[in-house]
Amino acid sequence: MSVFTKLTLSEMRISLRDPLYAFFTLLFPVLLLVILGNVPTMQEAPPELGGLRVIDLYAGLSLGLAIGIIGLQGLPSVLATYRERGILRRLATTPVHPGTLLGAQLTMNLVIVLLCTILVYTVAIVGFGVPFPKSPLTFLLAVLLNCAGAFSLGLLLSAVASNGKTANAIGTFLFFPLMFFAGLWAPRELMPEVLRRIGDFTPLAAGQDLITDSLLGQSPGLLSITVLVGYLVICGAAAVKLFRWE
Amino acid sequence: MPVIEVEHLAKRYGGTVAVKDVSFAVEPGEIFGILGPNGAGKTTTVECISGLRTADSGAITVLGRPAGDPTLRARIGVQLQESELQDKLTVREALELYSAFYPDPADWRRLADDLGLTPKLKARYGKLSGGQKQRLSIALALLGNPEIAILDELTTGLDPQARRDTWDLISGIRDRGVTLLLVTHFMEEAERLCDRVAVIDKGEVVALDTPAGLVQRAGDEQRISFRPSTPIDDELLTVLPEVRELRRQGQRIEIVGNGNLLHAVVSVLARNGIIAAELTMEQATLDDAFVHLTRGE
Repeated sequence: MSVFTKLTLSEMRISLRDPLYAFFTLLFPVLLLVILGNVPTMQEAPPELGGLRVIDLYAGLSLGLAIGIIGLQGLPSVLATYRERGILRRLATTPVHPGTLLGAQLTMNLVIVLLCTILVYTVAIVGFGVPFPKSPLTFLLAVLLNCAGAFSLGLLLSAVASNGKTANAIGTFLFFPLMFFAGLWAPRELMPEVLRRIGDFTPLAAGQDLITDSLLGQSPGLLSITVLVGYLVICGAAAVKLFRWE
Repeated sequence: MPVIEVEHLAKRYGGTVAVKDVSFAVEPGEIFGILGPNGAGKTTTVECISGLRTADSGAITVLGRPAGDPTLRARIGVQLQESELQDKLTVREALELYSAFYPDPADWRRLADDLGLTPKLKARYGKLSGGQKQRLSIALALLGNPEIAILDELTTGLDPQARRDTWDLISGIRDRGVTLLLVTHFMEEAERLCDRVAVIDKGEVVALDTPAGLVQRAGDEQRISFRPSTPIDDELLTVLPEVRELRRQGQRIEIVGNGNLLHAVVSVLARNGIIAAELTMEQATLDDAFVHLTRGE
C-alpha cells in the first residue's frame, strides 16, 4: 500500500472517530431527507420545478449540506489545526511532504461524500420515489464539481486563517448564506430572480443546479460548470500560493 | 570528516536577529550538545540544520550535502518542540504510519518497548501524558534508523525517572553509531550525555568544548570544609601547592584551592592522625560555567 493510501485511510479513521463528523457527514443528510420526505407538501410539484417534486430537490440539497459542512467547516479547521499544532511541521522533517497529508484529507473527504451520496440517494429513490438520475454521468460530474467548489474554498480558508478556531468561524459564517443560495430554505427555482442570479455565482448553488440538471436529463448548465471550475482554479491557486506550513 | 558542518550561520525574522554567527562541526558518532538560555538561537540553528528553515547567510553541510536536500530527510531523524499528532490517532497507528514513510525503518515494536510505550499502544495521542507524548515523539524521530538524530529539548516535561530512562536510551542509540545533536537547557543532561557542547548566547557561539573543559574555564576552584578532630596549625596545610587560601570559622576550617586539592589535604591530615569530620566539598559545575559564559556583559 502506498504512503498516500495509508495516510488517507488513517485520516478517514481519525475523522470517523469524531462523532460530530460522522453524524453530520453520513447520518444527518439521510435524517434530514427522511424528515422532509414525511412532510406532505414536499410531495407537491410546483410548475417552476419542471416536473420535479420539492423532495426530489431536497435529496440533492441534503447531499449539498454534507458537502458544505465538510468543505466550509470540517476541512478548513482540520487543516488549520494541523498547521497550528505542528503536525505539518513534523511531517516536513520526514521523507513525506506535508502536502501529502493535505491531499489525503481532500481524498478522504471526497470518499465520504461519495458514501453519503450512495446513502442519501438509496433512501431517496427507494423510500421517497425520487427519480434515478436520467444521466448518471452528469450526476457524478455534478457531485464532483460541487465538492471541487466547496473544498477549494475550504482550502483557501485554511490557508488564510491563523488557527483552527478562526478557520471554523469564517467557514460557519459562509456556510449559512451559501446554503441559503443553494436553496436549503426555499428551492432556488421559487426564489426571486435577483436572489437566483446571485446564487448562480455561489458554489453550492451551482452544484445544486447541476444535480437538478442530471435528474431532469438536461445537459449540464455551462454557467454552473464555469462557476465551479472557476472556484477550483482561483481558490485552489490562491490556496497553493498562500498556504503556510507552519 | 564531520557529519554536520555549520559555517557562519545567520538568520533573522523581520527585524529580529535569531542567529548572528554560529559555526561548529559535529563528528560522526558523537553526542553534540547545544546549550544556551531561552531565545539564544538554539532552535533556529537546529531548524536550519534540519532543513525546515533556510539560512540568510552561511553554509550548512549535513552528511556531505547542503542542509535542506530532500534526500537527507530519510537519513536524519528530528524531534521538534511543539510538534503534536492528531488527538484521535493511537500510539500504535502513529508508529505504524510513520514507519511507512522510511525506506529502512526500525522495528517500531522494539522502539516502543525501549521507550516504555508498549502499555500505551492502544491509547490515543490526546489521552497521553506530556511525558508519554514526548517519548512517542522521540520514537518517531528514531523510526527511520537515522544516521543523525536531532533532538530539541528531549527531556523537557519528563519526570526524573523517565528522564534518566531516556538518557540511557540516548546512550544506547549512540552505541549503534548514530550521531546525536541535542538541544538542551539541562546542565545535568549535557554533562551526562554530551561529548562536546556548544554554548550559544545571543545568536553566537560563546564556547565550544567538552563539558569538563567548560567547567574548567569557569575556574577549577574547589572548596573543602571540615572540622579537625584535634586542633592543627594553618601551616600544615598552607604549605601545600594546591591550597590557595585557608579560613577558620569557629572550629571549622575552610580551604580554597585547585588541582587535586581533596587528596592533598586528606593525605596530610591522615599522616598526622587527624580525622576530618563533617567534610564537604564544593566544585564548580557546568551550571557555574554556563552562568559564567552567558552572563550579560
